[in-house]
Amino acid sequence: MLGFSRTQSVALAVLVLVVIAAPFLLYPIVVMQVMCYAIFAMGTNLLMGSVGLLSLGQAAYFGLGGYVAGYLVQSVGLTPELGIIAGGAAGALLGTGFGWLAIRRQDIYFAMVTLALAQIVYFAAVQATGFTGGENGIQGIARGDLFGHLPLKSDHAMYVVVAVIFLAGVVFVHRIVNSPFGQVVKAVRDNEPRMISLGYRTDAYKGMIFVLAALFAGVAGATKAMVMGIVTLSDVGATTSGLVVLMVLLGGIGTIFGPIVGAAIVVAMQYYLAPFGAWVIVIQGAIFMVCVLVFRRGIIGEVAFRLRTPL
Amino acid sequence: MVMIFGKPLPLLFGQLLLGIINGSFYAMLSMGLAIIFGLLRIINFAHGAMFMVGAFVTWALLTYLHIGYWGALICAPVIVGIFGIALERLFIRRIYKLDILYGLLLTFGIAQVLQGLATNYFGVSGVSYDPPASLARVVNLGFMYLPVYRGFVVIAAILICFCTWFVIEKTRLGALLRAATENPSLVQAFGVNVPRLIALTFGGGVALAALAGVLAAPLYSVNPDMGSDLIDTVFAVVVIGGMGSIGGAVLTGFGLGVIEGFTDVFYPPGSAVVVFVVMAIVLLARPAGLFGKTA
Repeated sequence: MLGFSRTQSVALAVLVLVVIAAPFLLYPIVVMQVMCYAIFAMGTNLLMGSVGLLSLGQAAYFGLGGYVAGYLVQSVGLTPELGIIAGGAAGALLGTGFGWLAIRRQDIYFAMVTLALAQIVYFAAVQATGFTGGENGIQGIARGDLFGHLPLKSDHAMYVVVAVIFLAGVVFVHRIVNSPFGQVVKAVRDNEPRMISLGYRTDAYKGMIFVLAALFAGVAGATKAMVMGIVTLSDVGATTSGLVVLMVLLGGIGTIFGPIVGAAIVVAMQYYLAPFGAWVIVIQGAIFMVCVLVFRRGIIGEVAFRLRTPL
Repeated sequence: MVMIFGKPLPLLFGQLLLGIINGSFYAMLSMGLAIIFGLLRIINFAHGAMFMVGAFVTWALLTYLHIGYWGALICAPVIVGIFGIALERLFIRRIYKLDILYGLLLTFGIAQVLQGLATNYFGVSGVSYDPPASLARVVNLGFMYLPVYRGFVVIAAILICFCTWFVIEKTRLGALLRAATENPSLVQAFGVNVPRLIALTFGGGVALAALAGVLAAPLYSVNPDMGSDLIDTVFAVVVIGGMGSIGGAVLTGFGLGVIEGFTDVFYPPGSAVVVFVVMAIVLLARPAGLFGKTA
């Protein structure tokens, strides 16, 4: 189905069932948050998994998407779907510029460049108070009416919208990874000099994946802004960039379903560990260390390895 | 009053000094990063956290053991260096054979743990530390007032950078280090204990960060975020300078500190991002960095 293997189809079916059942068992807002971060993490995983580039500045696109959507819906009065589209476009546009700069360097330099570029966006967000609200952020964004007709005020209506975007994202990522384009990207990751000698413009392929990752981040940030009704500096800050990398690492780099599981665990952790203050950071750091030292395949990666099938 | 470019001279000199002081820290930290990267092939994301730990150790030495500033200048780097060696032996050593990015992720985790622990014990606002009495004066240089401690920090930083350069370029230990950077297995074949050399290098690198932390303790408030605030800028410095040479790292560090100081005079909102903008320009013009040899 849709090019999914048998095991993947089963996993997708389970995922759809979970998405349908979740709002009846859990607090819908939390599940929507998980789905937003999952979209964010799936995009980041395109970079980390498909082309092997570690970005430490993905929050720039996530935060920008949120700010653009929040501003347009609240101050200009656009409908929510246009806000989300604009947020995604803003993320992709910024990703085009930054990606063009960042892919000039490799490996760790790439990571440091993305981190530094994201700092520019963070400081800009601190100072552009007319647009971002500075320290206060953009607050109390009303969700408005989808297409101008369907009110999204109730959490269940919003949930359907988020679920549709999320599941479309899953299918889209799978299509990208398994397309001829995705195969070339993987080959670039595995042996760039050979791909150059075969006549591929490898930088262009890396750049396109970078833009796609930024697009996912922008859409995720914009959707989250609609769900929560608030965008703050923490959405654009370095901590968020670290969190999304943790989600991918924990779920399984290069898997389709890993980032979703990673997002669910990290959001749940933040939710349940919130009363313990800074211990959350300590625990997250420790999970980072454990993942790198002994659990590099991640949860879904480990399952896929045991089943000997991609997931 | 003498004016240059419409700004009073004392203000310019004041900002120049601030720039050089910030540059001192950029230089010391990026030098340590470059040394560690040279041999271990990992970017130590925990470098800023080590700087922060160095400052807190300085404070703890005074508060609990009544060891003052001058004692801390020796003790804190040694303590943090030993801690670094322990980290290398316990964790970092296990990932040398893996993709280079895992080193970044692992040290990122270590940095988070250290920062979280510091926040738990000291709170977000942190603690304060007074400069030693002998340096807590202000002298009038005629064109500006100079707090003696600030002058001391600049001189100390230059001295530290020079000593590190000397050790690496002119001593037998440094020669071994450079040889092991070039070809570890060959150096091992000559009977040098390379794993021990690697552990010592990591310990030495983070001890440098801690030493910078001791120098910073009386200047800035000692707080859990002091390292993470600095490390992003230091990364940009490293990208600009390239990690090929120690001299390059030091020069870039001081240079960018000064640029940042002057930006603060002429366009204050730009001072937070000027280093990153310079980085973007350098990436466009010289993708390998100012002193880098390869991309």
